[in-house]
Amino acid sequence: MIEYLTDVFSNYTLRTVILGTSGLGIVSGALGVFAYLRKQSLVGGVVSHSALPGIVIAFLVTGSKAPSVLVLGAAIAGWLSMLLVNMITRTTRVKYDSALGITLALFFGTGILLLIRVQMAGMSKKAGLEHYLFGMAATMSHENVLVIGGLGGLALILMFVFWKEFKVASFDPDYTKSVGFSVHLIDTIITSLIVVAIVIGLEAVGVILMSAMVIIPAAAARQWTNRLSLMVLISAVIGAAAGVGGTLIGDSGHHLATGPLIVLTATALFILSLFFAPKRGMAIHWIRQWKRKRRMMHRQIPALLHDLMERTKTKDDGWTIDVIRGLSPYKSGIDRVLNHLKSEGLVQQANDLWFLTQKGVEYVGIDSKDHGG
Amino acid sequence: MGYELLIILVASLTALACAIPGIFLILRGIAMMSDALSHSVLLGIVLMLFIVGDLSSPYLLVGAGLTGIFLVFLIELLGKTKRLPSDAAMALVFPALFSIAVFLINKYLHNVHIDTHMVLSGEILYISPKDSLILFGYNLGPKPFYTMLIILLINISFIGVFFKELKISTFDKQLASTIGSHPMLMHYFLMAVVAITAVGSFKFVGSILVTGLMIAPAATAYLLTDNLFKMLIIASIVGVVSAVSGFYLADFINSSPTGSMAMMTGVSFLIAYIFAPKRGLIAKFIGQSHQKDALARKILLTHLLHGEDDQSSKKEVLSSIQWKERFVDKILNGLIEENLVKSESNHIVLTDRGKKLLNELRSLSPITM
Repeated sequence: MIEYLTDVFSNYTLRTVILGTSGLGIVSGALGVFAYLRKQSLVGGVVSHSALPGIVIAFLVTGSKAPSVLVLGAAIAGWLSMLLVNMITRTTRVKYDSALGITLALFFGTGILLLIRVQMAGMSKKAGLEHYLFGMAATMSHENVLVIGGLGGLALILMFVFWKEFKVASFDPDYTKSVGFSVHLIDTIITSLIVVAIVIGLEAVGVILMSAMVIIPAAAARQWTNRLSLMVLISAVIGAAAGVGGTLIGDSGHHLATGPLIVLTATALFILSLFFAPKRGMAIHWIRQWKRKRRMMHRQIPALLHDLMERTKTKDDGWTIDVIRGLSPYKSGIDRVLNHLKSEGLVQQANDLWFLTQKGVEYVGIDSKDHGG
Repeated sequence: MGYELLIILVASLTALACAIPGIFLILRGIAMMSDALSHSVLLGIVLMLFIVGDLSSPYLLVGAGLTGIFLVFLIELLGKTKRLPSDAAMALVFPALFSIAVFLINKYLHNVHIDTHMVLSGEILYISPKDSLILFGYNLGPKPFYTMLIILLINISFIGVFFKELKISTFDKQLASTIGSHPMLMHYFLMAVVAITAVGSFKFVGSILVTGLMIAPAATAYLLTDNLFKMLIIASIVGVVSAVSGFYLADFINSSPTGSMAMMTGVSFLIAYIFAPKRGLIAKFIGQSHQKDALARKILLTHLLHGEDDQSSKKEVLSSIQWKERFVDKILNGLIEENLVKSESNHIVLTDRGKKLLNELRSLSPITM
């Protein structure tokens, strides 16, 4: 293990990639929380696709394929796409998600049109612009990491500066207005930071997968806590873990693209969170439900037997499990509960028939008194 | 059939097939489902490829269709846990399925020619007129044409049979369940139709154009009419026009036809967004300034009474009302045109008609002067 670790840290390329992917995991994890809470989960997909024309135009204008130049173009196009979505939803009756789809088609279509044009002209091999579609984390350069660290770090600092405003705007936009913040300005700042978080990762994990990175860590973190500060922290950690995990798995075998592996690691962490998070986890929820059901059956089955006994006015009639099941609102697990009741001496069994014992009769009496009949 | 004509025909059929379910997607507020579906079908294609081992097998479409249904089911399932909002459920599931597909392609199929770019941009250019459908020994013409034609017919018959149910469940879910038309069943039917359409089209046009052709023409029609049937017609026309104009644009500048078609669907929407007769930006702007002028005329009319004998000089008006001189001039001209005031030796005088209107306004208004 230690050998493996030293191996990882002495490998310059791998170290660069890990720095990059974990960095963008942190940034997209932290800022993705705000997209998630503001019900803008689909924004990631739209911004990441819409960045494409910006990237190609930046390349055409400057002739450079330096990450910092292309990221700037991506950010401008991504930001404009959000502006268009907001304009359409504000000024027409077209719904928010339709506006997303239209903007996506318009921007990405334009991007593909330009990209293929550049390719046809024979300039693209130089540009390596295709990376932005599917990502190429394994070839991440030193400059990529600097862009992720620089822009991502700046976005995180701004998040801390505007923390209070972001918090209020995420939970209660009306209140934001009443305490004198400009809702529109804060919306714009949050959206801009989310755009930054998305575009810095495009070259590493690609368009489609980057859209997932702003939402999956946030959705996972939501399962663990109700506090915004903790959620941002956990989401950043999960994002980083997905980045590192995906990179290491990708490094361990041939023909493994890092981008999809990062997303799949994040998805696995989400599934774990969904099931096993304390309090909100589905596993806890199911156990609680099962226990509640058993508790109810424990009361209800003796009461049912008592009711039958009263009606038939005999003390030695027993009932088969089918009769009990037919009359009980619970259809499964009846035999287990009956056996448990038997071990407590509340019911007894003869052949296939079940009886309420004297102790059982008393239990029903106490129970009905306790619960007001 | 010529090559160019074939591409235009296939693209137009795709546009028509997409416009139909698109209308219901945008009205139900689940437009992005088309994006999710068109991306996740890749997984079905890859899985089927493992089984049949042939890229041209029609079973790939079946696999893709099944993943579509699986995706809808997964999103519903996640939604039911109530642990995350529905938009997050969608945003989470389809990249996961897509990642599995890309992973499988990289790991096991790197020798097979399956191009992930195909998912994004389609391969309409590689449609060959020689790839013909041969039935009972007769050559019936190119296969892609028939694929899309069949999908279009499925969609049209779906709308034809369930038009009323779809309409009710789209506009009034509660009414739909009270009269027993199963809105949830309609939802799954619609999703199946979207999946079939996405699967059939995406091989030729790519996932983004599927999204564009489903959403943008429908949203364009939504800006132009309130009638569901007219909306279907308009969306179909807009879709076909976008596809055809996109093709020629790409041909002209020598670039990707699918990218340019997707762009044209967005451009069609933008045109309607700006110029639509009632809901366009210009119409809205004009409507607003009309309202503003009408109100300003009434206000100015009442201000004229501040002078004696129902007359004031323009200077008095300007000092009593805090408007720019140019705006006052414009509104005054409007009043003169309507014969409500007249200008007499530097004074503005109410005409009889103006006085009458003013009295009416006063009797309506609770404000006394």
